[in-house]
Amino acid sequence: MGMTLTEKIFSAHLRDEPFPGTKVLGLDVVLCHEITTPIAINDLVKRGKDRVFDPAKIKAVIDHVTPAKDSQTAEQGKILRNWARRHNIKDFFDIGRNGICHALFPEKGFIRPGYTVIMGDSHTCTHGAFGAFAAGVGTTDLEVGILKGVCAFRDPATIRINIIGKVPDGVYAKDIILKIIKTLTVKGATDSVMEFHGDVVRNMTMESRMTLCNMAIEAGGTTGICMPDEVTVDYLWEYVSSDFRDRDEAFQQYRTWWSDENCTYSTVRNVDVTALEPQVTYGYKPDEVKNISEIAGLPVDQIYIGSCTNGRLEDLRIAAAYLKGKTISPAVRGIVSPATPRVFQDANREGIIQIFMDSGFCVTNPTCGACLGMSTGVLAPDEVCASTTNRNFPGRMGKGGMVHLMSPAVAAVTALEGKIADPRNYKRKEI
Amino acid sequence: MKQFGGKVLFLDRADINTDEIIPAKYLTEISKEALKPHMLEALKLEGFDQRARSVGEAGVIITRDNFGCGSSREHAVWVFEVNNIHVVIASGFARIFRQNMFNCGMLAIELSAKEIDMLFAHNGHNAKVSVDFEKDTLTVSSDRGAETIAYQITDFDKELVKAGGWVEFADTKY
Ligand code: SF4
Repeated sequence: MGMTLTEKIFSAHLRDEPFPGTKVLGLDVVLCHEITTPIAINDLVKRGKDRVFDPAKIKAVIDHVTPAKDSQTAEQGKILRNWARRHNIKDFFDIGRNGICHALFPEKGFIRPGYTVIMGDSHTCTHGAFGAFAAGVGTTDLEVGILKGVCAFRDPATIRINIIGKVPDGVYAKDIILKIIKTLTVKGATDSVMEFHGDVVRNMTMESRMTLCNMAIEAGGTTGICMPDEVTVDYLWEYVSSDFRDRDEAFQQYRTWWSDENCTYSTVRNVDVTALEPQVTYGYKPDEVKNISEIAGLPVDQIYIGSCTNGRLEDLRIAAAYLKGKTISPAVRGIVSPATPRVFQDANREGIIQIFMDSGFCVTNPTCGACLGMSTGVLAPDEVCASTTNRNFPGRMGKGGMVHLMSPAVAAVTALEGKIADPRNYKRKEI
Repeated sequence: MKQFGGKVLFLDRADINTDEIIPAKYLTEISKEALKPHMLEALKLEGFDQRARSVGEAGVIITRDNFGCGSSREHAVWVFEVNNIHVVIASGFARIFRQNMFNCGMLAIELSAKEIDMLFAHNGHNAKVSVDFEKDTLTVSSDRGAETIAYQITDFDKELVKAGGWVEFADTKY
């Protein structure tokens, strides 16, 4: 009997099966940020267990609210900072070097095919783009991860999603994943891994694959996973080149993680994107999704381009290609948050930051900020935001506010018109 | 082990997410107690009043499918814990929320949609739930009578509840 990629990772990392169906896995990396980790740290201190299983396997960042906005957030940063120092955690990223966890950690080469990864953050599924098993967990699981380097999971089922067809102009990974969530619903993948296959995925950049996997949790998925291939090798090469003779050897090794031909899936779905329109959410759940043609024209107050879903260089490039030489509508305010310092610098070098600023966008430092309604763009009651983030829950970006989720392309042209707009009506410019 | 049972707070909606249970702005709190007044503060549910007495008196929540979806924040479990709600009964849970409940030694009980309908019939009739943890049964009683339902949780989750959570369990074992 063949195995899925997840089953292979589970069997390679199995430390214990205390009860049938419960697998305790050894962890390759434990990721931490300043919102969910300080309580775990305080609890470990209180229990007299202020230890870490392996400082080299723990990576930490202050990203959700940075710079600190008040004494409380400053305190959270301080707890994480002091703990990282105390335990000699070298990969700790503080202001000036910090960026959104799910963009920063992959960029540093910390995530590899076949790895087990946990973090006290539901969008940890993003890292599945590398062919890793990466799952969001609560603070207690994180605490045990930090202390012991293990985490318990039920055997997940795997849903295979074949993304096929020709991607139309103006349609991106974000539209595809919104469409998939619409089909599966917000609970359709609960206790399951979503495995992405098909030519469309094979032709995607790592950035797009991360966008795809990032939103697996919005369908309830334990994680999203792509098969690691040449694109993965190229992305990681600056970090792994000394481990392999050449790129092909790396690929051959990563390939061993691929799901076997004769493995078992709970469901197989084909998603043909040939006729797909840009997708936008309209309600308060990520599965409430409409075609752009059904929703265009709705007024918005703020545009937000950023987050672990769509704050990478590719996303900024796409938005800038629509914005170049134009100014945004006076009816809206535009905010862009490059996801990491590297994204910011690359965007700067390519003239993208200039394009955003010329068009009237405010450019913030890398942070989660507005995505979870904590800082850098919180909405007032009854305000509406066109956002490239991943959640449109009530009050997500500020009490009483409303969020439409969309791709960077839709967000950019929406900024130009002041109401939800269709990027297919626009020509992109060379940057 | 925690106490399981008490008056019921019925939340008649599916897909209640963790942002509704405890909004992100309270995630800057570093004590569980500080979360207490903010339980279900952003819940979108017609007729629901977070300040009502019934909310404060409840020891059990009965709700619909996919409860606790969204963010991984364990604050969504702690806010119930500090309000003495140690049992949530639903027709389905989001994975992380469910695990967080057991990791804190609390009970997330999954029943069929039909059984949940049966429980909802007691809504508005002073419903109470008691749990027999050894026998894996729960009894709902109200002005309309009483019924007992068997539930299932995994052996692992049961062990976590007995051990009072995952940290002690893991630290002795691994
Ligand atoms: S950008 Fe938003 S969704 Fe992503 S980690 Fe930050 S708060 Fe969470």
